[in-house]
Amino acid sequence: MIFSKKSNKRSLMMRLLARWQLYLMSLPAIIAVLIFSYKPMYGIIIAFKDFRLNLGYFDSPWVGFENFKRLFSSYWFPIILKNTLTLSILSLIIGFPIPIILALLVNEIKNEKIKRTFQTVSYAPHFISTVVLCGMVILFTNPSQGIINKLIEALGGEAIAFMQEPEMFKWVYVLSGVWQGAGWGAVIYFAALSGVDQSLLDAASVDGASRMQKIIYINFPVLVPTIMVMLVLQCGQLLSVGYEKTLLLQNSLNLQSSEIISTYVYKMGLVNYDYSFSTAAGLFNSLCNTIILVAANMASRKMTDSSLW
Amino acid sequence: MKMTSKKKKSLLRYSLGDSVFLAIVYLLLLFSFLIILYPILYVISASFSDPNAVAGGEMILWPINPSLQAYEYILHYGDIWTGYANTIFYTVAGTLLNLLFTLPCAYMLSRRDVVGRGIIMTLFVITMYFGGGLIPTYLNLNELGMINTRWSLLLPGVVSAYNLIVARTFFVNTIPWELQEAAFLDGCSDFRMFTKIILPLSSPIIVVMTLYYGVGHWNAYFNAMIYIRDRELYPLQVFLREILTMGQFASDAMQNGGDLSPEEMLALAKQTETANMIKYAVIVVSTAPMLIVYPFLQKYFAKGVMIGSVKG
Repeated sequence: MIFSKKSNKRSLMMRLLARWQLYLMSLPAIIAVLIFSYKPMYGIIIAFKDFRLNLGYFDSPWVGFENFKRLFSSYWFPIILKNTLTLSILSLIIGFPIPIILALLVNEIKNEKIKRTFQTVSYAPHFISTVVLCGMVILFTNPSQGIINKLIEALGGEAIAFMQEPEMFKWVYVLSGVWQGAGWGAVIYFAALSGVDQSLLDAASVDGASRMQKIIYINFPVLVPTIMVMLVLQCGQLLSVGYEKTLLLQNSLNLQSSEIISTYVYKMGLVNYDYSFSTAAGLFNSLCNTIILVAANMASRKMTDSSLW
Repeated sequence: MKMTSKKKKSLLRYSLGDSVFLAIVYLLLLFSFLIILYPILYVISASFSDPNAVAGGEMILWPINPSLQAYEYILHYGDIWTGYANTIFYTVAGTLLNLLFTLPCAYMLSRRDVVGRGIIMTLFVITMYFGGGLIPTYLNLNELGMINTRWSLLLPGVVSAYNLIVARTFFVNTIPWELQEAAFLDGCSDFRMFTKIILPLSSPIIVVMTLYYGVGHWNAYFNAMIYIRDRELYPLQVFLREILTMGQFASDAMQNGGDLSPEEMLALAKQTETANMIKYAVIVVSTAPMLIVYPFLQKYFAKGVMIGSVKG
């Protein structure tokens, strides 16, 4: 305390100087974020220009909202918007509750060894790379050799060409995502469940509450603030579907349902070199994300008191 | 007396209900356990198995006619080892840089006596929600002359705002401020404080950061795919992409290959089978390090998520 009192008396300049070593310690990170995160933000202006590499940021001619007009009237725009929303909303509906349920169920296991074994195994898919995951999906869904189709045939069904049928794409994407992410997604709820008051559970047992009732009235309410924060975060990601995975699962046959905004941005920009147009599409995407995030956060604060800021 | 007997009865009823409920819980968990584990076991078995048996659906769990054929083939497959060496380099060097940039800054942000830490924090938090996007980022690296160099995979993203917050929260919550004040009174400088007092007390967060950043580097493919053109610089995941997801064309060709002679079809089929066997082995070789290491660090990363979930 002596220390902070002393520093309060000094002028601001003196206080800054006294801590110069600390500022120096944060300098590399600050410079890195300015160069690699903020400098590109300035480059967004090319969304409003007809950018030419040889002219550069300054001398490329302004075109106003021309790129956005082109985007909104393009053949692909309604398709990629629909696909992006389909994939993200389906992922949210199916993928969001499963980690919560998993955490509540695992929490019922009293045997520590079984509990730990289950957790260890359920984290494994998280450590598998996107490329390997997609490789596995393609191998498993192969119409003639894949294990999933062998299973369907064994059960008397007919093999499905999952990767070639556009209607199947969303299920392949969402269910492989659940397989990879559910166990890891439960970690945060495990952490929250460790904050449940044991004496409350004991009191409930004495009063004759069943396990089911204890889960519903004691354990679940403890999770609600965490659930709301996670939900707000997920909503903020609604239009940023994992392009890394989508790109790998895409092929010419399922493109009608697998082309999403971010893969379109990638192709227009780095395959077709239409820099300005691609930047405009990307900007549209991240603006939508920001608006949805702010709206979700406001709604959450109104309804439950839990919010990001 | 009547009351107690009634209460006993109700307890008994509930406990029967509880047993049924518990049985359902275990059944559901067993089901999810099998769904999670089976694909992984299947890949491992398939990599040792006779490719015909795998393709024919005979292999259910244990390898049929086990052999190391696929692994022998991989041993002579130069690309994989180039990729492996590169990935190890990117993971080790990249993670070291991550720690070197993130930890000192996180410590500075944890110090309550620093003027302006709120502004600096905001600077980082904004990058979690908003960025320049694909093309401006690419053009920026192009201007910096980093395209097609190893730097393009090491420096952008050297500080992740999320990890920075996790580390800062750890410093705030676990290292007593009184301890730091005492050290100051003894004339300790901020550098010495960080290296001699803070870091030795911070092994959990160092492990968590190493794990988060390390796994990220090991599994990343997208940046390498767009920034690197030189095959000599490719990380393993980019080669895996060629083998695992672009090899799809071979089987596409098989299905559309109506005008091939029977002999050609047979040769192509043989090739596809071998290719598939190799795919399983490649998956095992590339993923094994991650799957072997993480169970030992399990208690740390649960901790990391816990620290991260505390609103900072």
